[in-house]
Amino acid sequence: MDLSNINPILLVASIMISATPILLAAIGEMVVEKSGVLNLGVEGMMITGAVIGFIIAINTGSPLLGFATAAIAGAVLSLAFGVLTQIFLSNQVATGLGLTLVGLGLSSLLGKPYEGQKTVTLPKLDIPILSDLPVVGRMLFSHDIMVYVSLGIVVAVWAFLKHTRAGLILRAVGESHESAHALGYKVIRVRMLAIMFGGACAGLGGAYLSLVRVPQWTEGMTAGAGWIALAIVVFASWRAGRVLVGAYLFGGITVLQLNLQAAGMTWGVQYLSMSPYLITILVLVLISSNRSRGSHNAPANLGQTFHATR
Amino acid sequence: MIRRTLLATAAAGLTLAFGAPAMAQDVTKACFVYVGPIGDGGWTYQHHQGALAVKEAYGDKVEIAWQESVPEGADAERVITQMALSGCNIIFTTSFGYMDPTNNVAAKFPDVKFEHATGYKREHPNVSTYNARFYEGRAVVGHIAGKMTQTNKIGYIASFPIPEVIMGINSYFHHAKLANPDVELVVTWAYTWFDPAKEADAARAMLDQGVDVITAHTDSTAPLAEIAKEGGKAWGFGQASDMAAFTTNDDGTPGPRIASIIDEWSPYYVKRVGQLMDGTYGQIDSWAGMPEGEVVIGPMNDAIPDDVKAEAQAMIDAITAGEYHPFTGPINKQDGSAWLAEGETADDGTLLGMNFYIEGITGDIPN
Repeated sequence: MDLSNINPILLVASIMISATPILLAAIGEMVVEKSGVLNLGVEGMMITGAVIGFIIAINTGSPLLGFATAAIAGAVLSLAFGVLTQIFLSNQVATGLGLTLVGLGLSSLLGKPYEGQKTVTLPKLDIPILSDLPVVGRMLFSHDIMVYVSLGIVVAVWAFLKHTRAGLILRAVGESHESAHALGYKVIRVRMLAIMFGGACAGLGGAYLSLVRVPQWTEGMTAGAGWIALAIVVFASWRAGRVLVGAYLFGGITVLQLNLQAAGMTWGVQYLSMSPYLITILVLVLISSNRSRGSHNAPANLGQTFHATR
Repeated sequence: MIRRTLLATAAAGLTLAFGAPAMAQDVTKACFVYVGPIGDGGWTYQHHQGALAVKEAYGDKVEIAWQESVPEGADAERVITQMALSGCNIIFTTSFGYMDPTNNVAAKFPDVKFEHATGYKREHPNVSTYNARFYEGRAVVGHIAGKMTQTNKIGYIASFPIPEVIMGINSYFHHAKLANPDVELVVTWAYTWFDPAKEADAARAMLDQGVDVITAHTDSTAPLAEIAKEGGKAWGFGQASDMAAFTTNDDGTPGPRIASIIDEWSPYYVKRVGQLMDGTYGQIDSWAGMPEGEVVIGPMNDAIPDDVKAEAQAMIDAITAGEYHPFTGPINKQDGSAWLAEGETADDGTLLGMNFYIEGITGDIPN
């Protein structure tokens, strides 16, 4: 084993890229869950975003346009989920799983003609001064624009939930839709908007996979990333800052274990790749064993259907 | 339990009832179980090409059916059972993990023929196994890798620690070492057959550590897409399928895919379905390679110097003619003990159970 082969600068840089898709999907899902809706269709919205983003980017030559369309596609797909669960009051778990299946099928149908094709990818930014800094320049300031957009979204979500009136209403809807309704807030409308935001973020995350991280379309290419995003939300106990930590941890451990292997370490890599899931279980056990601490943090009305007449 | 027995009886009854008329109509139904999507551009894609070749060869006399992305394990057993019930006369199960499900279902349907790829269990007379000598292809790309590397570090993205993969690693390294004594091998285990993002990450981890020629034992084209980002400083190979999209870059310069190992299942599938139709079908354990046309090296691109191309071609010709076995001694095991003496070749039994690295490879095989 020769750990000196691992270049920490390149390692951090590749962790940031590796974590971006799940970070985007997880932060969107967190907002959805904060409003009291459990959307298990993240995987389906991600892969739809991946295929739509790829198709648009390859036909227009503009990856940014691809990302924009992917976000819209994710939002439109999630709107279907919103209409079914919020207006027709269908079961959220079943509808979410259905959304995943629809997304996987739809994407493989749409993507057939685009298999094996190459696309233009996002250029790495060259930020004046910052990118030229030693060490951190290469590590943090030489990524493509979407890495910074994802970080910006995390900060925006944090500020929105913590410091704005609209954020307070969204949290109120998630904690007690009856009370929020009694106060005159439009529960369904708030939830619809949250669901669409979640869909858009998942779409962006998927497009990051097909346009930057792998740069190609392959059927089923999200390979479970949407489920990891869902796990991260729980791991993060519904806090924006911890979603960031969770996504970088999950993404980081995958990249780290591959790097350790490449450096010649063979013992224990399986355990390392297992560890994010073990940590999630551990966190769940810990936060649920001590409710009095109030750290459980799950929105009280998570996954419950709301009807104004009840 | 009663319900299950009932189902099994019903299943057997159905085959008796519908199996016979299907034969009488003289249409043979060949079915295929795939582990990934046909669009993976690699392993499953090639099996599907084989299935299409069967249809092409026999036209109206055969009917083909397939199911994609079938998980290895219990789901596979359900899918195979379903196929047997739906009148398939011969079922090809195309991944190692279908080994036990295939044999379990075969016990219930003695009149249906089962063909399991890359496995070794033939517990019933209606189960045959088939495999290709991929290590012959690995030998050729190993030679090219040894010649092409500038950093003297070559990489192998491995899937699971099974003999099939270890055989590939050993063959690749052995021939890289013969071509370039200073070469060092980096093996990364992905623990998946298909996960483009993870495959790309594995390629990235190796590239970051100075590896400049990578071969993959996973199913997607993602490693090549990742290598392409190096812009002509690193190289890779098409795996299972030709992956021709990466042969040339958009600007006309040679792309990251400098050659490829193609699994050509068509000759085998056409032969077996043909034998079933003319009644010469029997249980076999097939392990064919370059001589039979089942392992093919795809076109080498212009990144490879002409003399290396010629050497690689000479090796292909020698293996095809049966004059050269990729595991020809002297080869020692990793711990330095002797495995093959000068001029001795490995027997198939040892290869199929291979669980050791050869001398010069660092690291251990995970359990």
